[in-house]
Amino acid sequence: MAAHDILTQTPAGLYCQAGDFYIDPVRASPRALITHGHADHARSGHGAVMATRETLAIMELRYGADFTTTRQMATYGEKVRIGEAQVSFHPAGHVLGSAQILIELAGYRIVVSGDYKRGHDPTCTPFEVLRCDAFISEATFGLPVFRHPDARHEVGRLLDSCRAFPDRAHLVGAYSLGKAQRMLALIREAGWQRPIWLHGAMEKITELYRAEGVALGETRKIVGKERAKLGGEIVICPPSATRDLWARGFSDPVVAFASGWMRIRARARQGGVQLPLVISDHADWDELCATILDTRCQEVWITHGAEDALVHWATQRGLHARPLHLIGYGEEDDTEAEPAA
Amino acid sequence: MNRFAELLDRLAYEPSRDNKSRLIIDYFRTAADPDRGFALAAMTGELTFAHAKPALVRALIAERVDPVLFAMSYDYVGDLSETVALMWPHPETSPDANPLGLGAIVETLHKTRKIDLPAQLSIWLDALDETGRWALLKLITGALRIGVSARLAKNAVAEFGNMPANEVEEVWHGLQPPYLDLFAWVEGRSDRPRTTDPAPFHTPMLAHAIDDVDFLGLDPRDFRAEWKWDGVRVQAVTGLDEHGQRVTRLYSRTGEDVSTAFPDMVDALAGAEFDNVTIDGELLVVRDGLVQPFSVLQQRLNRKTVSAKLIAEYPLHIRAYDLLMENGEDLRPLSFDERRPRLEALLARYRGGRIDLSPLVAFDSWQSLAAARASPENAGAGLDADAIEGVMLKRRDSIYIGGRPKGPWWKWKRDPFNIDAVLMYAQRGHGKRSSFYSDFTFGVWRENDGTDELVPVGKAYFGFTDAELLLLDRWVRNHTVSRFGPVREVNANKDEGLVLEIAFEGLNQSTRHKSGVAMRFPRIARIRWDKPARDADRLESLRKLLRN
Ligand SMILES: [Zn+2]
Ligand SMILES: [Zn+2]
Repeated sequence: MAAHDILTQTPAGLYCQAGDFYIDPVRASPRALITHGHADHARSGHGAVMATRETLAIMELRYGADFTTTRQMATYGEKVRIGEAQVSFHPAGHVLGSAQILIELAGYRIVVSGDYKRGHDPTCTPFEVLRCDAFISEATFGLPVFRHPDARHEVGRLLDSCRAFPDRAHLVGAYSLGKAQRMLALIREAGWQRPIWLHGAMEKITELYRAEGVALGETRKIVGKERAKLGGEIVICPPSATRDLWARGFSDPVVAFASGWMRIRARARQGGVQLPLVISDHADWDELCATILDTRCQEVWITHGAEDALVHWATQRGLHARPLHLIGYGEEDDTEAEPAA
Repeated sequence: MNRFAELLDRLAYEPSRDNKSRLIIDYFRTAADPDRGFALAAMTGELTFAHAKPALVRALIAERVDPVLFAMSYDYVGDLSETVALMWPHPETSPDANPLGLGAIVETLHKTRKIDLPAQLSIWLDALDETGRWALLKLITGALRIGVSARLAKNAVAEFGNMPANEVEEVWHGLQPPYLDLFAWVEGRSDRPRTTDPAPFHTPMLAHAIDDVDFLGLDPRDFRAEWKWDGVRVQAVTGLDEHGQRVTRLYSRTGEDVSTAFPDMVDALAGAEFDNVTIDGELLVVRDGLVQPFSVLQQRLNRKTVSAKLIAEYPLHIRAYDLLMENGEDLRPLSFDERRPRLEALLARYRGGRIDLSPLVAFDSWQSLAAARASPENAGAGLDADAIEGVMLKRRDSIYIGGRPKGPWWKWKRDPFNIDAVLMYAQRGHGKRSSFYSDFTFGVWRENDGTDELVPVGKAYFGFTDAELLLLDRWVRNHTVSRFGPVREVNANKDEGLVLEIAFEGLNQSTRHKSGVAMRFPRIARIRWDKPARDADRLESLRKLLRN
C-alpha cells in the first residue's frame, strides 16, 4: 500500500477511489469532503457534502441552503466508514470549523491537511498533530523568509499606532472569513475595549462566529457619513476596500493589512499599506517544517504555494516529497495581497 | 536599535511627507541622546561604514542557510538585506536581553577592525528581531531608501524645536553626529551652536512647476524670465576664516559640500578673489563658449576620482542667477530687481571666464515667452539652446526665501517628446517591485530586408500607477512567448502587441544601442490598450528628433 494507491490527482482535485469521494474538489462532484469554508476549498453544487457543522453553516451562509443535495456532519475525531475507507476529521487551526481529513485503508494512514496553522487563535480549535504515513501539506508560505511573529506582537503594533495617531482612523484589511474575526478576538485580548467598526461585507460571517459562541466584543456597522469622524478608531474591512472609493471617506487613514504576505516589504508597499501586520491563518516556514516532522510521515505531498522550496527541504531530510501543482487553490490569499485594480 | 528600527520601518511605508515628519518628531521626543543624533545622521546621509559591504553580508548568510533555499528566497524577495534579515536563523541560546542602543552600535562599528566585523555583526544579528536586522543591514550597507531626504530630517528637527526650517539648515555645517549641541539648542537647554564655518550654506529657493491654469492669475509685467539650464544647481560660497585665509566651497542644492568633486571649479572661484559672497547658479560644462548638454556634464558626476584628463575634457562653468550674500551683507531680504544689479556688478568686475551671468529673456506677453521657450535658439540662446530645458519665471518683487514657497518663482519646462512604442521584453523589478514585471523594454518598427521588424529603443521603469503596474504585470504573464532568467519576451508583432506611449526628455546618438539612439529619462506616459501594434512609431521618425 502506498499513498498513490489511496489518493489520486484528477482535474477536479484529490480523489479517493476506495471511498469514491473527492477532497475540496474545484468542480461539482458527486461526493465531496470539505476541509474548510474558504471559497477556493468549499464550492457549491456538489451532490453530497461532508464537513464539520461550522463549515456546513459557512457554506450555507455563502451559497444558500441548496448548495448541495445531501449534507453529512463530521465531528472532530469521529471515525466514519465511506466505502472501503475509514475517514475522520481533525482540527486544523485555520478558521472556525477547519479540519484535516485522515483516511485509513488497510493500516495505511494519509492526512489531507487542507489549510492549517499552529499559531495562537482564540476563534478556532487548535491544530492537532496526527501521526501518519503520508502527509499532504499546503505551502502558501513555503519559503524560509516567511516566519510569522507572534500575532499578539503585531496587534500591539496596531494599538501603538492608534495611540501615536489618535486623529487618524486605522483601516485594517483582513480576509472576511476567519482573519477578520481573529483580529477582533486578538484586539480584545490586547485590552482594547472601544467598539470596533466593521465594513458591511463582513457583518454576516461575524454574526455566525458570534452565534458559535466566539467572544468578539462590541462591533458596529459603519454608516456612510460617520467615516470622517472615526479618528483613532479601528475599522476592519476586506483588503480590497482599503483601496476603494469607500476608503476615501476617511480623513487621512492609516492603512493596515493583516496577512502573512506583509512579511515582504515589496508586497506591502505595492498594496499601499502603511502598517503591515504579519498575521496569517496559514503555517509559516517553521510551522510547515515542524509539522511535517511531527507527523513522522515518510512521504509528503506539497500543494498550493511555493512547493519547490519545501520539496527541496523535505528531500534533504530523506523524505519522499513531491509537488502536486493543484490548480485553483490559494486564491484567498493571493488576491488580497494585490492592489485593487 | 529597536526604536530606530521601528522608526525606519514606519517611514518606509508612510508615503505622506507630513506623516513622515510626525513620525520623526515623535522619535526625537522619545529617544535618548546619543541614539537620536545618530539616527539623524543616518537620515541625513552623514554615516558611512567603510568595511560593511554587501559581500560580507552574503558570506555571513551563506554559512548559515541552505544555498538553494537562499537563492529561491532572494529571487522572491529581491533585496539582499531584507532576505538575510528574514532568513537569519534563530540563535540556539537566547541572546542577551540587554537592548542595544543605536549609539552604541555606531560607536562600536567605527572602532571595529575589518577582520572582526563579521563576528561582531553576527552577535548583533542574533540579538535583533527581523525588523532590527533589516534596519541594521540597511544602515551599515548605506542603503536606507526610506524616502526621507536630508532636508526633511533637518526640518523635522526644526519643527521639533518650534523653529523656522532654515534655522537648522544654517547651523548644520558646523555640526557633527550625534548632534548633542543641536538637540540641546532646539530643546531650549543651550544657546545656538556657533557656526564657525566661514563659508556656510544657505537654503536655496526653489520654484513650483507652472500649469496652464496658473497663468490666468499672473501678469507678465510682474515677472522676469531666465533660461532654465539643464545642469546641476549649485551654491558657490567664499569667506575668510579666523586666520584671514580665503575659504571657498561648492554646495549642492541640498547643502552637501561637493567641493572635492569639482576641484577645478573651486579653484576658479578662489581665483576670482571675490570677497565674502554666496552665488546661486547652475554648474555646466562649457566648451569653446558653448554650453554642453546634460549628458556631457554627466561625465563629471558621481566620480570617485577626478583626473586631470577629465578636468581638461569637461571644463566646468557656473552660470550665475542670484546673489545671496556680499561682504557680510544679507541680500535675501531685497527684491529680485534689487539683487540682480548687484550680481551683474559683481560679475562685471570678474575677468576669469569661468563664471558668467545667466541672461534675462525678453518678453512682453505670455505668448512671446511661450515662443521663446519653444525655440530658445531664436530668442537669444543661440547654440546654447541644447542645454536649455525651459524657462524660469521670477517675480520682480520676490525676496529670496529658502525652500519652495508657492507664487514667487515658477518653472516652465519644455514639453517632453512622445512616441508610441511596442512592449518587447519585461523584467522583474527589484526591491519593492520584486514580485512584479516592472522593467519594460520597448521598440519601434524599422525595415530590414524588405520586412518590418521591431528594434528596441529603450527601457522604462516608471510613469505608471500601481493599478496600471498590476495590469501590465498581468498582460506580461498572459502574453509570454519565452523566458530567460528574470526576463520574459512577450508577443510583439503587427497584429498582437501592447503599445506604450513613451515620454522622454531628449535623444542622443548611441553606438551601444542597436537602434543607434538612446533616450533620456524615458517613462511610460500612457498605456495604449486601444492602439494596434502595427500603428506604433517607426525608427525613422525617432531619428528625426536627434539633436546634432
Ligand atoms: Zn483557507
Ligand atoms: Zn487554501
